[in-house]
Amino acid sequence: MSLNVELKSVARHYGRVKAVDGVSFSGAPGEVIALVGHNGAGKTTLIKLMLGLARPTAGSVAVLGQDPAAGDAAVRRRLGYLPETVSFNPALTGRETLWFYVRLKGGRKGEENALLERIGLAHAADRRIGTYSKGMRQRLGLAQAMIGTPAVLLLDEPTTGLDPELRQQFYAIVREMQAAGTTVLLSSHALNELEGNASRVVILNEGCKIADGTLDELRHIAQLPTRIRLKTTEGGAGRLREWMGEPAGLRQINGHIVEIDATPEDKAAFLRRAAGEGAPFEDLDMVPPGLDELYAHFLSGRASR
Amino acid sequence: MKTILLLSTKEMREGLRNRWVVAATGLLAALALTLTFLGSAPTGTVGAGALDVVVISLASLTIFIVPLIALLISHDAIVGEIERGTMTLLLSYPVRRRQVLLGKFLGHLAILAFATCVGYGLAAIALLVTGKAMIGAGSWAAFMTMTASSVLLGAVFVAIGYLVSALVADRATAGGIAIGIWLVFVVLYDMALLGLLVADQGRAVSGGTLDALLLFNPTDAYRLLNLAGSGDIATASGMAGTIQTAALAPAALLAALAAWVVAPMALAALAFSRREL
Repeated sequence: MSLNVELKSVARHYGRVKAVDGVSFSGAPGEVIALVGHNGAGKTTLIKLMLGLARPTAGSVAVLGQDPAAGDAAVRRRLGYLPETVSFNPALTGRETLWFYVRLKGGRKGEENALLERIGLAHAADRRIGTYSKGMRQRLGLAQAMIGTPAVLLLDEPTTGLDPELRQQFYAIVREMQAAGTTVLLSSHALNELEGNASRVVILNEGCKIADGTLDELRHIAQLPTRIRLKTTEGGAGRLREWMGEPAGLRQINGHIVEIDATPEDKAAFLRRAAGEGAPFEDLDMVPPGLDELYAHFLSGRASR
Repeated sequence: MKTILLLSTKEMREGLRNRWVVAATGLLAALALTLTFLGSAPTGTVGAGALDVVVISLASLTIFIVPLIALLISHDAIVGEIERGTMTLLLSYPVRRRQVLLGKFLGHLAILAFATCVGYGLAAIALLVTGKAMIGAGSWAAFMTMTASSVLLGAVFVAIGYLVSALVADRATAGGIAIGIWLVFVVLYDMALLGLLVADQGRAVSGGTLDALLLFNPTDAYRLLNLAGSGDIATASGMAGTIQTAALAPAALLAALAAWVVAPMALAALAFSRREL
């Protein structure tokens, strides 16, 4: 399968600042790749490198088989981009703005109307953008990125400032694009929302890639413990602790809730035992390590090296 | 070409929606009409034709107002879009940077041309409607030249505004520099030149040097083109003396103005193409 996006040991330095340093990854059609990192980790610079707005100091970038800095119009037409902050002219209406971008990209006649419908902005299409809410502006931004059903979609912090419902709608559209074979690259620092939405996560720190893989793979590498929370009857915590054999790291939350951190191996053994007769608890919750924990793990691993 | 036209159409539409077109046209029309009626009041029996007086007044007005309007609409053309984040977006489309620059230029020029032609045209129409004076063909030619060269002067300052916009890091700086440029070309340059001539007493500064110095300021080239252009107007404007010493043909002045458009545009394109977003 040909790759839509391919970065080979790409570096971009601004003077002495290494915004991106030796990053390699690739994106196949139908993949949703999340670029995760703190502010200033190099996410936006990577996206600009893929857009050809910045040239790499070293290494090579290929988008749809071409160097994006060459500005090949055929490649640009198959590329969608949503900047981190974009403020469209508030004096124009949503439809006028989208019409302009459709024309600029050589899109179908009337495509702006279809997109406005799809993005749920049809009712406000003829209002000035100055009257739009933050979420509506962000949706308009996404609509212009979707013109011409791009093969590569680059979204810079697309969900920042969106409420949970809009976030869900947004990821539903991303999944549609993914199903149509689009490679979606999105940067984020809100990690929890990527669960189930990103097929791969690339963790960046200070311009370097520190982890790359599916969430499951990353969890496996990190060997992070699963938090198991047990609930018993009021005052039954003592008996519960006894039954569990007072493991190290046990935390008593209150009179009837205790928590332990179980490594992947311990977890299975514990669950087999808990399934037996006479286990003194009423309810059990398991919280697998979230992206926040994963991220913290990889970052601390980096720091201690 | 289609892309450039699309970009300029968008620029014009934004100008209309932002009331720039209305404001500029209204300002020019109001000032032109005022000058027409104030200026034509005393000319009844004087040798100067009514339209000639209007041309002189409007040319002097243009030198102050048109560069200001041009700089105001152009100074944030590039840096403003970069700050708003629309430039990175625009450049992710199949658009070249010089197309962006040219498209904006055509759009802004169209706005200026509209404002100038309508504003000054209204003054001429008002004169026709109210005045009984006969207006000669020569006066009409001078009026047309004045209007067309006013647009050209606007183009010069739009180009200069783009150069500033392509070079500076933020909009506020661009605005400050634009006002500085306006002051230098419209006010300070001529004052300095006058001071130099007075202090020199005609010893070192020859006529040729003065001509060259006048070409280095587009507003002076415009002034010479319009106020010293034809005999009648030159007499009425008091520039006849200059004409005899200055050996600058209208063609040379037009060429100077054109160069003042092309050179800043080329530099702006260069600066913009090298700029990392």
